[in-house]
Amino acid sequence: MTAGEMMRVLVTKVGFDGHDRGVKVVARMLRDAGLEVIYGGLRQTPETVAETALQEDVDVVGLSMHSGGHLTLAPAVIEALRRRGLDVPVVVGGIIPTRDRDVLVEQGVAEVLTPGASEEEVVAAVRRAAAQRVQATEA
Amino acid sequence: MTRREDWERQYRAAPSDAVEASTMSGLELDAVYGPDDGEFPGQFPYTRGPYASMYRGRLWTMRMFAGFGTAADTNARFKELLRAGGTGLSTAFDLPTLMGADSDHPMALGEVGKAGVAVDTLADMEDLFDGIDLGTVSTSMTINSPAPILLAMYVAVGEEHGTPRARLAGTLQNDILKEYQAQKEFIFPPRPSVRLVNDVVRFCTAEMPLWHPVSISGYHIREAGSTAVQELAFTLANGFAYVEAAIASGLPVDAFGKRLSFFFNAHIDFFEEIAKYRAARRIWARWLRDRYGATDERAMQLRFHTQTAGVSLTAQQPEINIARVAIEALAGVLGGTQSLHTDSFDEALALPTEKAARIALRTQQVIAYETGAASVADPLGGSHFVEALTDRMEQEAEAVFAHLLELGDGSILEGVYQGIEEGWFQSEIAQASADFERKLNDGRRILVGVNRFEETDEPEADILYIGPEAEALQRKRLAEVKAARDDGAVSQALARVRHDAADPATNVMPSLLQAVYAYATVGEIIGALGQVFGTWTERAVV
Repeated sequence: MTAGEMMRVLVTKVGFDGHDRGVKVVARMLRDAGLEVIYGGLRQTPETVAETALQEDVDVVGLSMHSGGHLTLAPAVIEALRRRGLDVPVVVGGIIPTRDRDVLVEQGVAEVLTPGASEEEVVAAVRRAAAQRVQATEA
Repeated sequence: MTRREDWERQYRAAPSDAVEASTMSGLELDAVYGPDDGEFPGQFPYTRGPYASMYRGRLWTMRMFAGFGTAADTNARFKELLRAGGTGLSTAFDLPTLMGADSDHPMALGEVGKAGVAVDTLADMEDLFDGIDLGTVSTSMTINSPAPILLAMYVAVGEEHGTPRARLAGTLQNDILKEYQAQKEFIFPPRPSVRLVNDVVRFCTAEMPLWHPVSISGYHIREAGSTAVQELAFTLANGFAYVEAAIASGLPVDAFGKRLSFFFNAHIDFFEEIAKYRAARRIWARWLRDRYGATDERAMQLRFHTQTAGVSLTAQQPEINIARVAIEALAGVLGGTQSLHTDSFDEALALPTEKAARIALRTQQVIAYETGAASVADPLGGSHFVEALTDRMEQEAEAVFAHLLELGDGSILEGVYQGIEEGWFQSEIAQASADFERKLNDGRRILVGVNRFEETDEPEADILYIGPEAEALQRKRLAEVKAARDDGAVSQALARVRHDAADPATNVMPSLLQAVYAYATVGEIIGALGQVFGTWTERAVV
């Protein structure tokens, strides 16, 4: 992404969990903040998420998770992205126990958002994640 | 005879000593208050309650939803809840089970036993209800797409325990329409799915007189972000849709109507919730009698389960949730609920710990036994405010029914199919949810501990942590069951499932019973049905 280009974000859900209230609210928040949002829908697998990220050339992937499966599924998505040569940062939002937040970060998740995050916090986290990647690429 | 005299006659015929009938000062209380010629509980259109005696006759069922890990883990929680005074069981299944996938399915990775209990075969169901007398307890099962299979398993466990299906009491959620609209745990397309719902209705009408074959649920519609009015209107519309489907299959409305039940949310807007329950009873009664021709009063009486609003709970300062749950539960009771689940205060963080679940149950017991809230039926009936709000909610819901009738060319069932296919329900709910979030963000709506009265440095809460062990155990168990069963019997049973599913006039339930008795897995049976019905993918609406 270069200056002036619109940031592209894929927001989606992996696994069987169908609770899509949060992911839809986040999609709208990001869109209202001027980001280009691709809503990947429900029941994605790590492979389909990575494939969409590649096809859509996104800058950030946002995963909404309420099923308790985040410690298995988030690293699986990161791995699927890396296997395609994508260094796209992954942001996880949802019901994530405190003790799992650091684990997710160790597993390579760029940002973790939890219930009650405001619009400003959501947008800031996505922008921070994207900025880290730009820095990493430039370095 | 005045309406009061008519009520008194009914009231005297029913038991009426379940709750205290005087105040703390010793003032004696009537069972209900109101003008002699006004509406009384147990009288059409049942705004004030389905029964003449309400909680004087019997308190609501304190039914706590539970499920996690393996069947043995959940069995232990069930026994603890019964020991602590719970009066009914309610089963939460994990996501793979809800989606009809076995624990060894690739998509199940990481989700086995996490948000509920994993059930793959009859062997798991046997463990789940081990040592529990199904002849005396009533059980609710929250499952939709695979609901007929889980009911077949419950029947099988009952028969193994020596309790015939005619004596099994409980509720199967089995409400597929709200899955397309809100919770999204659908597998097959809407039309064959409604046929499965109706097969269960037909089976239970003929063979399980104590069972509620469908629990028409607004809960999930509300949790997905709808308003109270939308919850009311969409839920009742779904109810009308099932009634139309059952009538079309040749069942008389009086035969099945009395076994339909409802499930509503109890959110934090206290008076609106109470008005919602009152309006729901009134609308249902009028439509069942006037549009669908019910003559049996029990088919017109809307009975419902209530759960406090999970979505109203906050991860911040979670102990505040105990107060929210108490207020929401009180709304359910003042609105005349027949059964109640109170959420645990830690549910915005994880599945409840045993202690949090006990506090939630004790909250109901405080309302039931300490507050006097159960002494008088419909205590807010006659309040200018609550009556006006009830009327207003009824009008708003009628406008939704009119829209659906137009969409469906005079049929609510067709209107609901149409609304699902074009994403109308989904976008209405998404819009309401976005409006709510906007208000929170702008500070026009206050959420204590989240956008006002925040605390920094909150101590970490003690939560129930479900590790990866349950998943590994469950996969191992599934492999053992598969190795021990008669594979020939399984393929024969699955062939019959496919055969019976292909004929819309044949009820699939007998074939499902044969399959579960052969220890066919949920995933195998769903696969057989899917070969006939196909699958459904929603058009995503943000």
